[in-house]
Amino acid sequence: MSLRTVEMALATPGVDRDGNASRVPLGVGGYDEDFGAEHMLVNIGPQHPATHGVLRLVIELEGETVKRCIPHVGYLHSGFEKLGEYRHYNQIIPLTDRTDYLSPMANNVCLALAVEKLMALEVTERCEVLRVIACEMSRIISHLVWLGTTGIDLGAFTPFLWSFQERERIYNLQESWTGARLTTSLTRVGGMMADIPEGWEAGLRDFTRTFPDTLKEVDTMFTRNAIWIGRTQGVGALTADEAINYSLSGPMLRASGVDYDVRKDRPYLGYESYDFDVPIGEHGDIYDRYRIRLEEMWQSNRILEQALDRLQGLKGAPINVDDPRVILPPKSRAMSDMEAMIFHFKQVMEGVKPPAGEAYMGIENPKGELGYYFVSDGTAKPVRWRIRPPSFLNLASLPRMCEGALLSDVIAINASVDIVMGEVDR
Amino acid sequence: MTSPSIPGLRAEFGPAVERVLVSCGDTIVYVTRDRSHDVLAWLKDAPGHQFNYLTDVTAVEYRDSELPLEVVYQLRSLSRKADIRVKVALDKRAPLQVRSVVDLWRGADWLEREVYDLFGITFTGHPDLRRILMWETYAEGYPLRKDFPLRGHFSRAEQTRQALAANPEAHYSLEELSIAEAFDELPPDMRQRLARGERGYLK
Repeated sequence: MSLRTVEMALATPGVDRDGNASRVPLGVGGYDEDFGAEHMLVNIGPQHPATHGVLRLVIELEGETVKRCIPHVGYLHSGFEKLGEYRHYNQIIPLTDRTDYLSPMANNVCLALAVEKLMALEVTERCEVLRVIACEMSRIISHLVWLGTTGIDLGAFTPFLWSFQERERIYNLQESWTGARLTTSLTRVGGMMADIPEGWEAGLRDFTRTFPDTLKEVDTMFTRNAIWIGRTQGVGALTADEAINYSLSGPMLRASGVDYDVRKDRPYLGYESYDFDVPIGEHGDIYDRYRIRLEEMWQSNRILEQALDRLQGLKGAPINVDDPRVILPPKSRAMSDMEAMIFHFKQVMEGVKPPAGEAYMGIENPKGELGYYFVSDGTAKPVRWRIRPPSFLNLASLPRMCEGALLSDVIAINASVDIVMGEVDR
Repeated sequence: MTSPSIPGLRAEFGPAVERVLVSCGDTIVYVTRDRSHDVLAWLKDAPGHQFNYLTDVTAVEYRDSELPLEVVYQLRSLSRKADIRVKVALDKRAPLQVRSVVDLWRGADWLEREVYDLFGITFTGHPDLRRILMWETYAEGYPLRKDFPLRGHFSRAEQTRQALAANPEAHYSLEELSIAEAFDELPPDMRQRLARGERGYLK
């Protein structure tokens, strides 16, 4: 549309002060010369669906351009770190379910790994494979929620339904394995809460076979979609140096072109023996973050297939370490054997006791690097349990990304960070 | 095995490196409070070390009240795939202060605010040091300190009374209102209350 047609369309005939006919811009009676010179303050949240939780943003606007964005967090603060200081190590596992509640199983795994590092325990091979499956299932469901909700934020409703349909299948598998859909509490120090039920592998195998169809559909819908590209390319971009300087991690860091994945660079759970690729972005904008998360789901699917193959060779292998200091004896033995009963009693009443020392364990969670830092003084309760929250650190870069963006882009940028307020506020 | 960066650190800073120990395979370096910023800046940029990524900033208070509080920096070198943990011990009888590292890593901004919020440690030179997880008028103290009871210092009745008396209008800080020139448009009584620093709780 040329400038002239815009004037025609937006102006209505009127009369000026001297009684001559003139054109008055539509909807702006008594046009003010100063209009738009003042900055406007806009409050978004804490109760707003586009903030993905109880995030509150105070935004200073000049016209439609963001001059400054001030995030306020803490509305969901639950004091998990303080609560952890009053609990046995195994009792902390239910708290981890509730931090990043979109990937509870991966959080459980990180906690078990951190305490095992503190105690220098080595878990069994079957346990490692099951934990890899738990981590990758979590990555897929977390990315699916991200994909669906971001699509909705940018006006695409259908992929939300596709992704939640696939997510539901994983949730059903999660439920039949752990008994819970969200509060999984899957791991224990030195092993797992439960082995997978009979015939469970077939369900996951079925998922890995058909899940790529959905990924292809999403790819067709978004990747070359003009609206999607227009809303995401070049928006909220961060350079590699900035991403490192802001301590970003996960897909946010890799979208800016930094090749860093904890699974590759400091392998745990035998990730070095799986065949998978780590996608790296180039521009650091929302589009690259989308491409990376989409590709990570393909790669997670690959890892799941490999893990299922390994699981076949480990049928009937133990899932727990053979160490009565950390693992409960089977109930039948605890009821018949004196020694087993003593171990059972001490385990339940006193808890696991790591030696004095400290350990930091970081794993590649869907949102980024999740780290648990424990300081132990040799008792059954930690002196300090620190969560290194990936969404908190990723969200801290939001004011930088929003500078100079349009108000509507703030919604897209905020969605691209992939925050979970349960983890940001802890 | 201690980190290969330790000899270089000792040669550069001498007595400022107080203690080096290894726990669960991680190297921990204790440095004095005066030189903490210099040590971290050196570790970040010195060739052959390049701990360019700040993984985490946090603090630890031990159950033994005689022991000092510790500020903990987790550093990582992305290119060398190496980690190091730097600690600064703060005597509880002196003011709890340490130099901010926001000028080195922007990521330290929120992390230091969180440590200030939950432990009461002041980071000098931080551009915007205010509470982050707790609200700005929170008056019960610093929740992660060991002398802070799990249920808080105030009674449940007092906490409820304060929550009900909170003034939702005052949820904008004066700074936020002044940037948008909206402050002048507020009703006079609210302007006076905000100017007095009254922000949503009863005196």
